[in-house]
Amino acid sequence: MAVIAWIVEGTWPACVDAAAARAPAGAEIVLLHVTGGDVPGAARGAYAGLFGRGRPERDPGSRLQELAAASARELLRAAAERLGRPSTLLERSGRLEREVVAAAEGAELLVVARDGDRSRLGPRSLSPATRFVVDHAPCPVLLVWPEPAPGIATIPPVPPGPPHRPG
Amino acid sequence: MLLCALVRPWGWPEAVVAVPAALVALGTRAISLDQARAAAERLGPVIGFLAAVLVLAQLCDDEGLFRACGGWMAAAAAGRPRRLLLAVFVLASVITAVLSLDAAVVLLTPVVFATAARLGARARPHVYACTHLANTASVLLPVSNLTNLLAFAASGLSFTRFAALMALPWLVAIGAEYAVFRQFFASDLNAGAQAPAAAGAPEAPAFVLTVVACTLAGFALTSAAGVNPAWAAAGGAAVLAARGLGRRRTTMKAIAGAANVPFLFFVLALGIVVRAVVDNGLASALAHLVPGGVTLPSLLATAALAAVLANVINNLPAVLVLLPLAAPAGPGAVLAVLLGVNIGPNLTYAGSLATLLWRRIARTHDTDVDLGEFTRLGLLTVPAALILAVLALWASLHVIGG
Repeated sequence: MAVIAWIVEGTWPACVDAAAARAPAGAEIVLLHVTGGDVPGAARGAYAGLFGRGRPERDPGSRLQELAAASARELLRAAAERLGRPSTLLERSGRLEREVVAAAEGAELLVVARDGDRSRLGPRSLSPATRFVVDHAPCPVLLVWPEPAPGIATIPPVPPGPPHRPG
Repeated sequence: MLLCALVRPWGWPEAVVAVPAALVALGTRAISLDQARAAAERLGPVIGFLAAVLVLAQLCDDEGLFRACGGWMAAAAAGRPRRLLLAVFVLASVITAVLSLDAAVVLLTPVVFATAARLGARARPHVYACTHLANTASVLLPVSNLTNLLAFAASGLSFTRFAALMALPWLVAIGAEYAVFRQFFASDLNAGAQAPAAAGAPEAPAFVLTVVACTLAGFALTSAAGVNPAWAAAGGAAVLAARGLGRRRTTMKAIAGAANVPFLFFVLALGIVVRAVVDNGLASALAHLVPGGVTLPSLLATAALAAVLANVINNLPAVLVLLPLAAPAGPGAVLAVLLGVNIGPNLTYAGSLATLLWRRIARTHDTDVDLGEFTRLGLLTVPAALILAVLALWASLHVIGG
């Protein structure tokens, strides 16, 4: 049984802090980062589109893959340092949302940060990948705001609906 | 031949297939020796120009220009992803226009990724922007894209006139991309980043910037004097090469490698093969599809046709096929073709359906790419950028005159 914090660029400090606050003493904390293949893929596609250049060794996709791996290691190291207690670092690669759901199987708690439009309360405060994880998580989920949540006044008023008919 | 060039069996350079194909076209009298010689004479200066620009970009990298770009982007971003995106747009557009799309894809994209990672920002919007702008921002100068170099020779325009007519379409197309990107990647941009430890702006590599600026001025001067502007590119490359060799930052072998000789032969052979195909029926088949004239509807139709052709096969053969058909209608029609073949490839991952199909079968490690997202982004950016750019071209043609 473990508490898993999903570490994502930009919003990860809130997940680390929440995991530190919620995990019982002695519980294992797993810091999970997933590297998507789409960014190196975009560069690889752009190079493939350069017709006739040959020389696969110049493909920037491979360079991006190395850089992404280095950047993931660095991010997990920074997260472990912020956590300040023993943790397990878990690095996976593939489709973000699928990998997180797979990694969360059997976990005691999965800590996820909102990463959409955070200027107001509502469904848009989750990006599509995070929405998928929240909807499909096979374990309890703790959904945190990376910064203090906006006030409830940001919820739009109830739209005027059809008149309420008694009975 | 196109098929083999796309699949590249056993990692062969494309020229291994293209050059024999050109010889077969000659041997079977699909193209006469005189026509082939004429095509080669026309392509010769273009290929020289291309080689000079490829070498120039590589030497700029050796001199630390792209490393400095990373520092500038990080300083301009100040830890905010939206500002980083703006910095990426500005730099990628300028690099593509001046040092060609090859430089943007091969040399700038890794720097953009590293900069985003260093700021702790999500790299996706910035890397996608770099790859999109390598196409969209490659409409400004004849040197920005090989398609432009091929058309430049046929258009009869001077270097400065080409740039003047394409300046507004360039800006408008980049603006359209920027507006779509801000919306499309809103959640990635909202995720935030960590401000870097105050590193400050990096020291500018003054020498290389001066050489690039002089090369640009050289393009305008040589063009005005009626000399091929390729000499200006060659001059800039020679200065940087002399310095790089003197300081042992590069070797003759590396410079020769940067010129990518097999690629130069490939372009020559492709030109001859396409000429043979066009002369043997394709011209008459396509002639009724290419509208003559430079009215707004015919410019739009020309650009749309070019974009479709670029997406089905690839933009290099597309421009070679369309040029002889569009050139009689004047420079306006040629520039509309260029807008289509340069902006169009953003519609598909890998620039064309043909590349996509064959490369995906040949290479399995692309499987986790979300093609749906690519295509949605392309469908949002390409029609908007293309239509607005053609409108801008039409306006420029009226103000400046074709």
